[in-house]
Amino acid sequence: MMARENTKKGQGENGFSNFKVELWKYQGEMGALIPLLQSAQGTYGYIPESAIDHISEVVGIPAADIYGVITFYSQFRLKPMGKNIIKICDGTACHVNASTAILRTVEDELKVNGDETTEDGLFTLQKVACLGCCSLSPVIMINDETHGKLTPKKVTKLLKEYRENCNE
Amino acid sequence: MKTIKVGLGTCGVSAGAEKTLEAVRLAIEKENIQVTLKETGCNGMCFREPLMEVIDESSHSFLYGDVTPEKAQRIMAEHVVGDSPVKEWIVQNSGPSGDDSFFEKQKRIVLRNCGIIDPNSIDEYMAVGGYEAIQKVLKEYTPEKVIEVITNSGLRGRGGGGFLTGVKWKFCRQASGDKKYIICNADEGDPGAFMDRSTLESDPHSVLEGMMICAYAIGADEGYFYVRAEYPKAVQRLKHSIREALARGFLGKNIFGSAFNFSVKIKEGAGAFVCGEETALIASIEGKRGMPRFRPPFPANKGLWAKPTNINNVETFANISWIIMNGAEAFASMGTENSKGTKVFALAGKIARGGLAEVPMGITINEIVYDIGGGIKEGKKFKAVQMGGPSGGCIPASMGDLKIDYQQINKTGAIMGSGGLVVMDETTCMVDMAKFFLRFTEDESCGKCTFCRIGTKRMLEVLERITDGKGKEEDVDLLRELAYQIKNNTVCGLGQTAPNPVLTTLKYFPEEYEAHIRDKKCPAHSCAALVTYSIRADACKGCAMCVKACPSEAISGEKKKAHEINIGLCIRCGKCFETCKFDAVIKN
Repeated sequence: MMARENTKKGQGENGFSNFKVELWKYQGEMGALIPLLQSAQGTYGYIPESAIDHISEVVGIPAADIYGVITFYSQFRLKPMGKNIIKICDGTACHVNASTAILRTVEDELKVNGDETTEDGLFTLQKVACLGCCSLSPVIMINDETHGKLTPKKVTKLLKEYRENCNE
Repeated sequence: MKTIKVGLGTCGVSAGAEKTLEAVRLAIEKENIQVTLKETGCNGMCFREPLMEVIDESSHSFLYGDVTPEKAQRIMAEHVVGDSPVKEWIVQNSGPSGDDSFFEKQKRIVLRNCGIIDPNSIDEYMAVGGYEAIQKVLKEYTPEKVIEVITNSGLRGRGGGGFLTGVKWKFCRQASGDKKYIICNADEGDPGAFMDRSTLESDPHSVLEGMMICAYAIGADEGYFYVRAEYPKAVQRLKHSIREALARGFLGKNIFGSAFNFSVKIKEGAGAFVCGEETALIASIEGKRGMPRFRPPFPANKGLWAKPTNINNVETFANISWIIMNGAEAFASMGTENSKGTKVFALAGKIARGGLAEVPMGITINEIVYDIGGGIKEGKKFKAVQMGGPSGGCIPASMGDLKIDYQQINKTGAIMGSGGLVVMDETTCMVDMAKFFLRFTEDESCGKCTFCRIGTKRMLEVLERITDGKGKEEDVDLLRELAYQIKNNTVCGLGQTAPNPVLTTLKYFPEEYEAHIRDKKCPAHSCAALVTYSIRADACKGCAMCVKACPSEAISGEKKKAHEINIGLCIRCGKCFETCKFDAVIKN
């Protein structure tokens, strides 16, 4: 169910996934690996093993090397992610302005620890270093939307809104 | 006709600017008001977001701050339609908020167009003189002359290294090879710095133009933007500007009728702090693990795909066209002996007015914190500023008169870095700060050098022990020893500077380490393991809010009578402290 939904999200106009289109377009240009991985993740929500094999075949880089690149960068995931991705900023400014309390609240609300996905698959939590909105700290980012000047209360309300939107 | 501008940088959007814009749009449609509605980026007043500017028929500007959709409706009705400004919400030009002082000491070069022009419009950029510098360069200057101008201006790389930009360009110009690359480093990874994000979101064309001038000077025909994946808006605006520039023929072949060809691509980073280091960034663009390598050879001789490559960061490029148009002397007339021009600082932390401020080099820390930043939030006491992110250090408030330039900052043990300036007050624990940065570098270490990979881990363990109240007398010496080894036995800047946050806090705040280790106390009441909570019987109303909030059932008491905390059961989470409305819960 989850995978199907995510695939839909990553589909181009022609009905094929962006990832497949990118693979077709590939013509031996240098440095294509990371954009291809980003496209796979954009399509599936994570990088499935089959995508690694596909890329390896087309680009000619051994799967082990691709795995090495995936695990080096924090953006890439090898497990499916929740429908909503919550990035909790723990940059300097947020840390000074009590981001730990925000993290704790989200963990309590979603009943997860650290970088985990909720049982219902609605949320994946990620602690990140800095979202670059330091003057609005503490900040979190849900999907591509940034929310600033948070308090534990505001976060609880925000999560409730997202949960209700998902259930609609 | 009036013009309305709404600031839609990431900071504005997260403060609710899209809802404000929607309210303005609705009002325009509903009342059929004749105005020009524009989106802009961020003018640096992040603390007043969402911002809305009304420019009337006689070009008078009125800037409103904290504009909620409701406030926007009233501004539309009373000011835009009714011609009488809503004075109490004006934040600039003698508004009641007194925020004018935020701008008084600023000198804007990099941020010259930020918050003023629409970043999605190449025409607006050109209306304020955009793309004139590249035309001037292509017509009148040889590449050598461009390099001479930039060298004479004294501009130094704004990404952290502080190397003279003109000299760097010269190295790449002189490198042999007919294919050369240039890269714009927009992988702004320092937690606490956000000027590159804001510049790309608010004035992307100025960065692109700076890059074109550099490409002409060193003889490159291909460029890359390496942008953090965490900055979706910046990527989106950059893509748009590149499309616009291509459509006008400002990118491509025979630009402005000259023999100069230039094309540019965007590479999105995949999340690795170490990729801010030049050689790691190059490896990442090549599709590899972003690990730094030994230098020499320097990227100027052997960079991307083993070709000569020049890398500068966003802020550096944003200065270039201004220098070309205004001359090297104008730029060099600002600043100090060894640091010319201006620097953008990202003010954040416990400061009253957080945002972006561009000031001439040589300004003091106190001027930035008090005159621009408006002092400390909630009237608390200024304790320190952290400069340079995880590679920098904490400078105590007692050194507030220090004039900011590359040399002076280096002398303190911190670094200028990319210009993040996080302000700390009396409630910030300096040992905790050191631990915070060490956790960051330990996590971001690429693992290549043993001393960085394992040394930062060991330092972190020591700091964790200290903040847990289990520190030993010899821990301070152990930290110093590890710091020395890491600094001297690592390949790249990440490792070489990783111990700086620990060394500076040890230097300026030794008493805090002593309190943690010897007395098992945290003077800032910040380290959870060293704080105990109790309830003041005289202030407690017995409302039982804390009882509900306590996850470990450590609080008991009869209703409407003073409650008590059972220290044995308390897990020191601080929830009761946050919940209590009567300030009855206190930290000891």
